[in-house]
Amino acid sequence: MSAVITASGLSKRYKSTLALDNVSFQIAPGRIVGLIGPNGAGKTTALKAILGLTDFTGELNVLGFDPRKQRDKLMGEVCFIADVAVLPRWIRVSEVVDFVANVHPRFDRTKCEAFLARTKLQAGQRVRQMSKGMIVQLHLALVMAIDAKLLILDEPTLGLDILYRKQFYHSLLEDYFDENKTIIVTTHQVEEVEQILTDLMFIRDGKIVLDADMDAVGERFTEVMVNADRADAVRALKPLDERQVFGKSIFLFDGVERAQLEVLGELRRPSVSDLFVATMKETYA
Amino acid sequence: MKTFYWLIKREFWENRGSFLWAPIITGGVFLLLNIMGIITAEVLGAQHGFDFGASGVLHRVGTQMDAGDMSKVALAMDVAMYSATALIAVVLGFVVFFYCLGALYDDRRDRSILFWKSLPISDSGTVLSKVACATVLAPAIAVVVGIIVGMALLIIVALTLSFHGVNMWQLLTLAHPFRVMANLISYIPIYLLWALPTVGWLLFCSAWARNKPFLWAVALPVATGLIVTWFDIMGLFRLPAAWFWGNVVQRGLLSVFPGSAVISNLNDPSSFRHVPSGAQGFGPLDLWQSYHLLATPALWAGVLAGLGLIAGAIWFRRWRDDS
Repeated sequence: MSAVITASGLSKRYKSTLALDNVSFQIAPGRIVGLIGPNGAGKTTALKAILGLTDFTGELNVLGFDPRKQRDKLMGEVCFIADVAVLPRWIRVSEVVDFVANVHPRFDRTKCEAFLARTKLQAGQRVRQMSKGMIVQLHLALVMAIDAKLLILDEPTLGLDILYRKQFYHSLLEDYFDENKTIIVTTHQVEEVEQILTDLMFIRDGKIVLDADMDAVGERFTEVMVNADRADAVRALKPLDERQVFGKSIFLFDGVERAQLEVLGELRRPSVSDLFVATMKETYA
Repeated sequence: MKTFYWLIKREFWENRGSFLWAPIITGGVFLLLNIMGIITAEVLGAQHGFDFGASGVLHRVGTQMDAGDMSKVALAMDVAMYSATALIAVVLGFVVFFYCLGALYDDRRDRSILFWKSLPISDSGTVLSKVACATVLAPAIAVVVGIIVGMALLIIVALTLSFHGVNMWQLLTLAHPFRVMANLISYIPIYLLWALPTVGWLLFCSAWARNKPFLWAVALPVATGLIVTWFDIMGLFRLPAAWFWGNVVQRGLLSVFPGSAVISNLNDPSSFRHVPSGAQGFGPLDLWQSYHLLATPALWAGVLAGLGLIAGAIWFRRWRDDS
């Protein structure tokens, strides 16, 4: 199957900074891609370019459309949630459901009402009377009722408590995602998406520094925990990162043979957040 | 087409307060003031032994009027009907002004634009739905409310007079409520065309300004006007300052106020020349006077400028985001 998104040579310059620096990538259908990077790395700019919300240079093809020229058509196939609380504050639940049902050809009203029935939202309730968590529930009910090929989530759970966050990703995985859909998510709460991602993209200073599926990440990166007395031997192998836990040292290696490390200490699979910290450690320096 | 209908509906939901309740409340206050005035007149009349009634002045009204008096009474009643709409029209001017100024800015400020833009709606559809609300929906609601309030006032006045022995039905038949209604309704297309440059300018600023659209919308034309006047005073470049203020600043900012066309026309005596001498009706509010505007280049130049500005607003709507 052909790629959902193909980008080549994507660049975007704001007045003084280069938000995207000659970025190229492909995203295949049926994937859940985590686009992860520190603040100001260019995540939101990349998403905005995909959604046709900003101008850029380079080639970008999203579901066969050029987002700069065919945005209206593209939005029939793409949904997005740009962090919490972007629903208009004056609108009522019944009004927003009515509106989306009548302007979106792929919206399934009964599905949406079924999702809403699981929440405490009332038809006459206005967005301004809701908590952040409830707004996200409403937005998610709307989006999940749309049969879109691509869903883009930009910090969808920012500022939510853990119950809402868990519920959010649970619903997404159980009731929405299938092999015909693609989800791109940016977030800082890496631990929470780690289990659901199929692909990982790290972005830093407008450049993609890591683009791999999770299996490849598991093979490429290895952590080894060693006692302090052997630390120097391990350092000679040029680890990516080193940290101390309970008097032991944990080293992160990129593309070093497992057999070579096994003899030195206990091998572990690095978590995405450890990988992230190791990759980005000099970002703010 | 269905999408456009729902976009209009969306605007109505968001602006129910200013589109619907503002004219209704204004009309209600207008009626209340009139009723208070009538009661005051009655009370003062009774206190001073001045009787409007059967033996009084008004007794003559039904029985002894000649044709000239009749037409004066009829005119007075028509004016009473218009006056309700006139007050609502002033409110409408403010409503449309601030609606246009916020229409493409408020959702960028509160970031809900990101939600609207996530739906398959074209930017031209969005902007045009706002134009339609400002130039058709809001004026239509105002006119309907104005007509209802005017009729109510007419009935209240007739009822009051009937207590003083004047034949209510005779009075009511003297007025021309249907002509008044027709005049008011047929004023809407003229309003649409006349208001277009201001609506266009305000929407343009609303779509373009990164912050404080009101300041940009007002300060830009006024500052330009001041510079033009300054050069004019110094006699440099011979810029036509009066023309600029009248045809650019005023047209760009105040055309959303109904009747502003007539006011700007009053300065131009030639515009009255074509009114047939036998034309009936109430001076500047007469339909003939309004439709005469269709023959003026000022109207059509404004329409062109307005359309250009709306096109600009659509372009900026496409590329301005929440940042």
